[in-house]
Amino acid sequence: MPEPVQAISRPAATAAPATPVIEAADLSLTFQTADSPVYALSNINLTINQGDFVSLIGPSGCGKTTLLRVIADLEQPTGGNMTVLGEPPDVARQRRAYGYVFQAPALYAWRTVERNVMLPLEIMGMSRAERAERAQRYLAMVNLAGFERKYPWQLSGGMQQRVSIARALSFEPGLLLMDEPFGALDEITRDHLNEQLLRLWGRTGKTIVFVTHSIPEAVFLSSRIVVMSPRPGRIQAEIDCSALPPDRDLDVRETSDFIEIAHEVRQALRDGHSYDED
Amino acid sequence: MTTAAVAGAPVARAIPRTPSRLASILTVLFGLVVIWYVAALPMNAGQLTRQYARIDPDRTFTFNEKLFATWTVRRPMLPTPDMILGDFWKTSTGAPITSKRNLMFHVGVTALATTTGFLAGALLGIALAIGIVHLRTLDASLMPWLIASQTVPILAIAPMLLAVLGALSVSSLVAKAAISMYLCFFPVTVSMVKGLRSPDRLSLDLMRTYSATQAQLFVKLRWPASIPFLFASLKVAIALGLVGAMVAELSTGGQAGLGGRLLNASYNGDMLHMWTALVTSSILAIVLVAAVSRIERLVLTGMGSRPPDQNA
Repeated sequence: MPEPVQAISRPAATAAPATPVIEAADLSLTFQTADSPVYALSNINLTINQGDFVSLIGPSGCGKTTLLRVIADLEQPTGGNMTVLGEPPDVARQRRAYGYVFQAPALYAWRTVERNVMLPLEIMGMSRAERAERAQRYLAMVNLAGFERKYPWQLSGGMQQRVSIARALSFEPGLLLMDEPFGALDEITRDHLNEQLLRLWGRTGKTIVFVTHSIPEAVFLSSRIVVMSPRPGRIQAEIDCSALPPDRDLDVRETSDFIEIAHEVRQALRDGHSYDED
Repeated sequence: MTTAAVAGAPVARAIPRTPSRLASILTVLFGLVVIWYVAALPMNAGQLTRQYARIDPDRTFTFNEKLFATWTVRRPMLPTPDMILGDFWKTSTGAPITSKRNLMFHVGVTALATTTGFLAGALLGIALAIGIVHLRTLDASLMPWLIASQTVPILAIAPMLLAVLGALSVSSLVAKAAISMYLCFFPVTVSMVKGLRSPDRLSLDLMRTYSATQAQLFVKLRWPASIPFLFASLKVAIALGLVGAMVAELSTGGQAGLGGRLLNASYNGDMLHMWTALVTSSILAIVLVAAVSRIERLVLTGMGSRPPDQNA
């Protein structure tokens, strides 16, 4: 399947008609625990359009991962409405509409790198030749050509996470859900993977929802940042990043636009009492 | 071990080496053998005095003569290791392999019953585990019964089971294998239930994002994740299987097999043959467990598990 050819400009920067991919209306999720209910999500209203790169940022307990899991139908909301590609999340999941990248690589230790990437393709019943071709292509895309026959333990943490990204891309979902994928990595590896991810997004035009608690990472990657705050988990602010150039590299972090957006994000976090001690 | 280290020269391997595993085993073995020979002196002395009295009541013996005699006495109370080895060699080679007089014939009989029961027990254990993991009702209802089944002493069950199977004219191999299986399946079930449930939340969530079916979840995640658990239990199971087969042989009146040899020797008060049967059954157990370990290593290496020397 040919990759959609993208113009150099970033999807968000173009004035193309916006197609909503994810729509949440008055979404809430309350966990019933022994002593008191936990309001993980409260009155979430959010629209994510085709080709957006949206980061969910906030302190621990603000519900950003929970929101991502609701999109993926890994958690059931207790109120409100959510659609993914115009359908309820469980239908979207059964249609394999999204690829999910977890905090940890979640590679299966008994499978080689290549066969880990092939796992979703096997489940989806793809032919052997097609599987091999896809695994090769997407491993090359994350710069892991030549590591096909290695086992996960033979790879560094950053390489393992790249395998898990290749695995999520391999069945070519239009939507990528990423839950702090680089959280456990050192900063140099993280910078590198951020750049690679940005290029990949520019090339493929996928819709990406990215959970992080790093302000520089969110500003660097996103076309839009959703700032969340805890107790109850809610959306504090939405910050547009289209002021930054489409083909960003790491140097963009020293520009005044970048610093200004980062400041805005920090201010929104402060408004949500994210820096308070409790 | 000495090295020709030049004084003052840098020593490449200054880290003190812990003694190798083989060396430690041999040291302990040597100690046991010494104790064994010493213990044989008082144990066999009584036998000897009676023997001497029969030959010539008036003759006196030197200390060295007595010492040598206690280690070579014909019907010893405690046979020495060299007597057991000698008997092992004599009974293994003194008759054709198909003869009941050959020890190796009996080893074969017991090994066949053990491995048959082991394979059947492993399959049963795996099947039960799969049922328990997938069916909520089985999970709640079956486990207490399985545990209860293992609290009944095998010595009480075996004669009963053999009598029933005998009445149904089932072959003695199948009957012995059935008792072997009775002991084998339990550790496999317990371990496999744990193994099939071992995949973490993340691995399970991943399968859910792919909308994998229950069958795919089993084949691609639960089963491969359980393999290390399976082999850990198989090593226990095969040793138990040997116990089961020998108990069955004891209960069938010593017709054949190592259990039969043990029983016959005990009827005759023949300590040497009892010891030979006992040592042979230990060796058989070691060989069987080692074979399972070997297969385990092959399988786990094939599944890409980290070689043990790189774990440290």
